[in-house]
Amino acid sequence: MTSPKQIQLSHGGGGEETNSLIHDLFYHYFSNDTLLAAEDAAVLEVKKKIAFTTDSFTVSPIFFNGGNIGKLAIAGTVNDLAMMGAKPLYLSASFMIEEGFSFDDLKTIVKAMAEELKHSGAKIVCGDTKVVPKGAVDKLFINTSGIGEIEKEGISANHLQEGDIIIVSGDVGRHGAAILMEREGLGISGDLKSDCATLWPAVQALIDANVSISAMRDATRGGLSAVLNEWAEQSAVCLEIKESNIPVDQAVQGICELFGFEAFDFANEGTFILSVPEKDAQMALAALHTVEVTKKATMIGQVSRKKEGRVILHSAYGSSRYLDLPKGELLPRIC
Amino acid sequence: MSELQLKDLYDGFRDPDVIKALAKTITDETKNLKETLNIMEVCGGHTHTIMKYGLKQLLPHNIDFIHGPGCPVCIMPKERIDHAIALAQMEDTILLTLGDMIRVPGSKSSLAVERANGCDIRALYSPLDAIKIALENPDKKVVFFAIGFETTTPMTAALLEQVEKQGITNLYFHINHVLVPPAVDAIMADGQAKINAFIGPAHVSVISGAKIYQPLPEKYGAPVVVSGFEPIDVLQSILMIVRQKNEERCEMEIQYSRSVTLEGNIKAQEMIAKFMEPRKHFRWRGIGDIPDSALELREEYAAYDAEKIFADILPTEPIDDHKLCICGTILKGLAKPNNCQVFGTACTPNNPMGSCMVSAEGACNAYYRYGEI
Repeated sequence: MTSPKQIQLSHGGGGEETNSLIHDLFYHYFSNDTLLAAEDAAVLEVKKKIAFTTDSFTVSPIFFNGGNIGKLAIAGTVNDLAMMGAKPLYLSASFMIEEGFSFDDLKTIVKAMAEELKHSGAKIVCGDTKVVPKGAVDKLFINTSGIGEIEKEGISANHLQEGDIIIVSGDVGRHGAAILMEREGLGISGDLKSDCATLWPAVQALIDANVSISAMRDATRGGLSAVLNEWAEQSAVCLEIKESNIPVDQAVQGICELFGFEAFDFANEGTFILSVPEKDAQMALAALHTVEVTKKATMIGQVSRKKEGRVILHSAYGSSRYLDLPKGELLPRIC
Repeated sequence: MSELQLKDLYDGFRDPDVIKALAKTITDETKNLKETLNIMEVCGGHTHTIMKYGLKQLLPHNIDFIHGPGCPVCIMPKERIDHAIALAQMEDTILLTLGDMIRVPGSKSSLAVERANGCDIRALYSPLDAIKIALENPDKKVVFFAIGFETTTPMTAALLEQVEKQGITNLYFHINHVLVPPAVDAIMADGQAKINAFIGPAHVSVISGAKIYQPLPEKYGAPVVVSGFEPIDVLQSILMIVRQKNEERCEMEIQYSRSVTLEGNIKAQEMIAKFMEPRKHFRWRGIGDIPDSALELREEYAAYDAEKIFADILPTEPIDDHKLCICGTILKGLAKPNNCQVFGTACTPNNPMGSCMVSAEGACNAYYRYGEI
């Protein structure tokens, strides 16, 4: 087939054009026996308890430094499974495409998805394509759902225990800062890359090392602040965090200084937070350090009973304050 | 010339050892103070620094902070927000503004609510982005709802200069630029606030020059130190105030000498003066009318003045805050956020009743976010 330049409404019409889009693009890059069987539903076999999740991805701009919407759609769903101790196995992928969207861009996105799948070994086994009139969606929305087999049970935001050590798998806020820089055209140069990445290999390393895990969560929207606050509330504990231990990239910190943001509130797409019993903390760090995307993992605090449901940030000079949930939109300071 | 690194913006001004040493020196030197130091930090940026870095916890009890009127979002009266909403609701209009203004409640609604209702309302990162938006939307009226103290006024003036130079005819200005000295004067003239020292906002002085604070020590017997916004800046400023008190001096001093001069940025001042002049009256939320405390466009730029061009649709009645809200008393330095009976209950950042809870620089917001542990 000669590739069209733009996606047209006919690509979603169910006829010949739809057929070529599915066969020449999606089947080509996502190829596996279950998908190619092209039945109404994928028939799957699993041996253990499963975790099931879904997420829809809309991001502007759809291409950003460090990834694109496709990479995000795979990493996001795979990471949701991984955070429950589940090995990602099967994914669905639904595309809602705005009429006129560039075919080459779609191809680049689909290729990025196929590439990202390799990091967890998960497969796309079913999917759907809709093309909607110009203006009905903003360029491209992708929904991915996923199933994974639970390899480690009992991981829950309700399971934090007094004395647990809080670990962060890498520096925080890079995805949010990278998107902000590109979206707002802030005119600041610098190689600020999103942290967008698949986290299953890191989780697998923890499971292989037999680390006990109380809770695990990827710090996506709302960032580190949101995860810590949710945990403090759900487990009715206090999280005491040493501010100076939280890794923040220099460029991210610079953006925050300029506009009055907090790096802890910025989204991440390849950084997670972990709560482990104190005796397993060193083991957890050692396991994380064997994996490329989590080699900067570090301990940032401990669970206590000081003030239930709150997160306390201790400064390096002896003062402390609450770390609250981020509020509303991220808007720049005016003064 | 070496390029400015993002790191240079903050590095060195939060060194834990320096902070600890400064806090200890202040504690040592306040032992002989005859009275409690009630320092008003005029600017919300300083309130934010004091709360975010927990600086009060490091200082002795005879130093207290009183939060001033220096947050451009907090002091915006409801009727001005209603203006912004009325402008945004006009057909074929894009309303532009800065920061948290989007969330501040007017009398019935907020810009955030109106945006969800379909109005085209955008928050800018830089006022100059308004040019691009006006050029890209020639068939629309683009209204810039300009807010801020002396710090942000030059950007509005620079935008006007460009609009004039490029002959842009669809960009209008609703000017809400306010001035620090008249507000401080109004609070002190009231006589109720027990303020005996000031931390002056450095950003304002970079533009206007520290000279604008020179009358304060003599008028009110209170030292003024013009301070930067990093924790070390604020602590150093407090130490300078303590030393003035101990040496029985009462002067205007500049801590933020890396950018502030007595005269300020003359070019920026000239540009502001070219386009704007003092407004006879401006009503500050919670404080009331303060003469000559804000700016408006000069008559010769009336063609750009949204307040004149769209006067027919702009409400004129002053509207007060909810009677349970004590933002006005807080802005006057007479109460702290936790003295308010709706603080943290009926009034939270998610559902603010008063403007001090909305803005990240508002005293209530800072108390709510960072609290007292």
